[in-house]
Amino acid sequence: MNPTRTVVNEQGWGKAIDRLAGGNVTLLGLWGDAPNVHMALLDESTGNIAVLTYACTDGKYPSVGAKHAPALRLERAIRDLFKLDAVGSPDTRPWLDHGVWDGGQRTPYTFLPTEGEGLHQIPVGPVHAGIIEPGHFRFTANGEHVVRLEQRLGYVHKGIESLMTGATLDDAAKLAARSSGDSTVAYAFAFARAAEAALQLTAPPRAAYLRALMAEIERLANHFGDIGAICNDASFAMMHAQCGILRERILRAAEACFGHRLMMDAIVPGGVARDIAAEGTARMAALLTEIRRGFPRLIELYDNTASLQDRTVSTGVLRPAYARQFGAGGYIGRASGRGFDARRTPGYAPYDDLAFEVPVLTAGDVNARVWIRIREVEQSLALIDQILNRLPAGTIRIDVEPKGEVCEGLGLTEAFRGDVLVWLRLDGKGRAERCHLRDASWFQWPLLETAIEGNIVADFPICNKSFNCSYSGHDL
Amino acid sequence: MRRALFESFTRRPLTEPPPAPDAAGLAELAQSVNRAARAKLGRSLSIRQVDAGSCNGCELEIHALNNAFYDLERFGFHFVASPRHADVLMVTGPVTKNMREALLRTYNATPDPKWVIAVGGCAADGGLFAASYAVTGGVKDVVPVDLTIPGCPPSPTALLAGLLALLQKAA
Repeated sequence: MNPTRTVVNEQGWGKAIDRLAGGNVTLLGLWGDAPNVHMALLDESTGNIAVLTYACTDGKYPSVGAKHAPALRLERAIRDLFKLDAVGSPDTRPWLDHGVWDGGQRTPYTFLPTEGEGLHQIPVGPVHAGIIEPGHFRFTANGEHVVRLEQRLGYVHKGIESLMTGATLDDAAKLAARSSGDSTVAYAFAFARAAEAALQLTAPPRAAYLRALMAEIERLANHFGDIGAICNDASFAMMHAQCGILRERILRAAEACFGHRLMMDAIVPGGVARDIAAEGTARMAALLTEIRRGFPRLIELYDNTASLQDRTVSTGVLRPAYARQFGAGGYIGRASGRGFDARRTPGYAPYDDLAFEVPVLTAGDVNARVWIRIREVEQSLALIDQILNRLPAGTIRIDVEPKGEVCEGLGLTEAFRGDVLVWLRLDGKGRAERCHLRDASWFQWPLLETAIEGNIVADFPICNKSFNCSYSGHDL
Repeated sequence: MRRALFESFTRRPLTEPPPAPDAAGLAELAQSVNRAARAKLGRSLSIRQVDAGSCNGCELEIHALNNAFYDLERFGFHFVASPRHADVLMVTGPVTKNMREALLRTYNATPDPKWVIAVGGCAADGGLFAASYAVTGGVKDVVPVDLTIPGCPPSPTALLAGLLALLQKAA
């Protein structure tokens, strides 16, 4: 995809902010590219994407977050990484920068104030109790009830975008694929599409189908892992064990088909690095049969276990208005009435040739987020059927030659947790000059803070798991 | 649910035989584990996993160790929620500067005798991220490491082989 990028003045930038604040367009991304800032906007009714550029004067630009809250953390990150200031922003605290990058001491962080009788604070993290990523959660509670949750992230910031600057296309693709390991296929897919858009190439049809096959395998594996883990957080270990078996079988099939359990680095600019193994199609078909036999019984088990439903129904409700305002993607948005799916809008190859439905619910609770995943598993199974039946013959990769001039492109793919945006500018020799990766989590993490409000502290793990935002994809 | 539970009585377990202990891992460990520690620990090790900056790929495979196929607990390994209960720290990721202090504190909170396993290519030497302004390097640049399990990410089988090597030496 190669949306037009428009350089705007203060007036144009302000108009865009007003349209965002008015709910006419959705914020897809906001990133630094010193001395400029870029903003990607989506018109959900048409699927059109526009990128606006504002040239900062003295390192300053008018704050988007001042009128449109979803931009706040993005602006804080832009200041940390590019020293560009959002003028008028109500929140000027650092975000990714903890004060230690240049060898200094950790700077103290001011959490937002909470006032009221009988309030106490519970600090959690960065090192958590489970096998999960690090981040800090500051709960303010009255007894068991959460009054406010505030997140402090950035712990796994690795400087990925800075490492990509000047990297060859191959090296940059490898870095993109390690933004968030659980979505490595979706990231590699989005990066490849951005590179191909910049170089005006189209991957061969067989490669497009294999990419979608990998993407749906990744979605299945993650959804099974999540459904099991959410139930496990309600101490229903049996679902966890059964879903774990399905997940493991999928990863083994992925290894048999593409040589790597998570299919890392299998998608590359120009196509795919390896074709599906000779026995891969049959192996996948057999796996689908097995899942179709076993999964309906697990759905029934979930649906008919009252003690489990008691924990998931009406817990951690995300109001549809917030999902819409933040442009929340994935199961989080779709469980709260926002039916956006990048595979459908703006759509990309090969999904425009495939039939699938985008399930949407409005309850916005943990239960709805589980059901969206269940329905998406069914859709992914149907998609894999179609892909295997229609897999085109032919080449899987085309040569990627530098263009000899600066060029840029944008890629948007649907990872299991929501849309991944990659914006890439290449120099004349085909090296990455600037690459921005935006995980769906940027617009989901803030919503977890609202969803937990009024719930009890003990329900936080199940709410958190039902969101399953990426720390690494966010911190980069 | 009853039907599913009943079937588990009649079906064979999915759990697979363990892999051979990793030879390279054994050599590395021989230097760091002594007989006295073995006597103290018995045949059980508690693991505290610490993500010090990973992309979460390693976490997915460490999670898999608990599934029915690998069934880690049959070997006496189990994951614990606090470093104060742990014998082993399993550390993933290049150590980011933002996580350096948390890793050090976790290490200091773990009682002796203790072992540190660096899991994955990033934990070994910083991997693709070694050159970044935001990364300290590998785990060994922050805390002493007893065993390194390479891979991006290491498969559950590779993790299991490494852990078995540790148990043979430590227990």
